[in-house]
Amino acid sequence: MHQEYTIIEGDFVNAGKASSSVKKTLKQLDVNPSVVKRVVVALYEAEVNAIAHAYGGKVLVDIDEDKIHMVVADKGPGIPDIAQAMQEGYSTARPEVRDMGFGAGMGLPNMQKNVDKLDVKSTVGVGTTVEMEVNFS
Amino acid sequence: MTLREIVDSLEATVHLGEGNLDTEVSHAFASDLMSEVLTLSDTPLLITGLCNMQTIRTCDMANIDQILLVRNKKPTDEMLELAEDNDMTIISCRYSMFKTCGILFQKGLLPLY
Ligand SMILES: Nc1ncnc2c1ncn2[C@@H]1O[C@H](COP(=O)(O)OP(=O)(O)OP(=O)(O)O)[C@@H](O)[C@H]1O
Ligand SMILES: [Mg+2]
Repeated sequence: MHQEYTIIEGDFVNAGKASSSVKKTLKQLDVNPSVVKRVVVALYEAEVNAIAHAYGGKVLVDIDEDKIHMVVADKGPGIPDIAQAMQEGYSTARPEVRDMGFGAGMGLPNMQKNVDKLDVKSTVGVGTTVEMEVNFS
Repeated sequence: MTLREIVDSLEATVHLGEGNLDTEVSHAFASDLMSEVLTLSDTPLLITGLCNMQTIRTCDMANIDQILLVRNKKPTDEMLELAEDNDMTIISCRYSMFKTCGILFQKGLLPLY
């Protein structure tokens, strides 16, 4: 099953819509609730990052029998040092983003912790692509 | 303690989930940082001063269905709509985060860790 969602620049109100919808789909498919939570927490963090740190983008989701594959690709400033960005507590979040409840520097570490495969690719001045996979069992 | 006891001890307002007030609550977690909430594996009562759509989304992702807003924050209609879809309970009180936590801790509500 393939699903696509668009993330609109600055659209904080709708951040998490893709994750909500994926949550409903996985519940319907009777995926183990603790696995569902891992999937949606990671996807939500990636969605928020695409709005908080970039200018929106796309979410591509592929669900098959035994796993879910997610890609969050944004247009944005990119991440100059991915290893640094992965460190807990590292954040360049703007004050507006902090006011929205984000900017703890925990999103990428949260993704890492919750998924079975995480691949972050980024080109400075172009954008960032976060690819994640979670096995259902 | 029950949600109703929490409402009574804080003189809180119930915005959503009037029918859930007899639910037992054992643990609470207080934070304004949503990524912190997203690290939890348990589903405590969330005490927060953050009052926007991301509060509700975060709780949806984290399977948290009890939210206590402090410092007189009031949920918007849009927040209530999304929260209702997820069968959440939202209450608010006028106290600061510190005072709210102090009162509930004293009444025996437990921290997660
Ligand atoms: N999509 C992105 N585009 C550009 N920079 C990013 C992107 N995602 C993350 N970053 C950079 O990596 C840092 C760390 O990201 P991470 O998600 O871990 O924390 P945060 O978003 O700052 O705070 P939190 O996720 O805890 O709310 C960000 O502050 C930002 O500098
Ligand atoms: Mg983040």
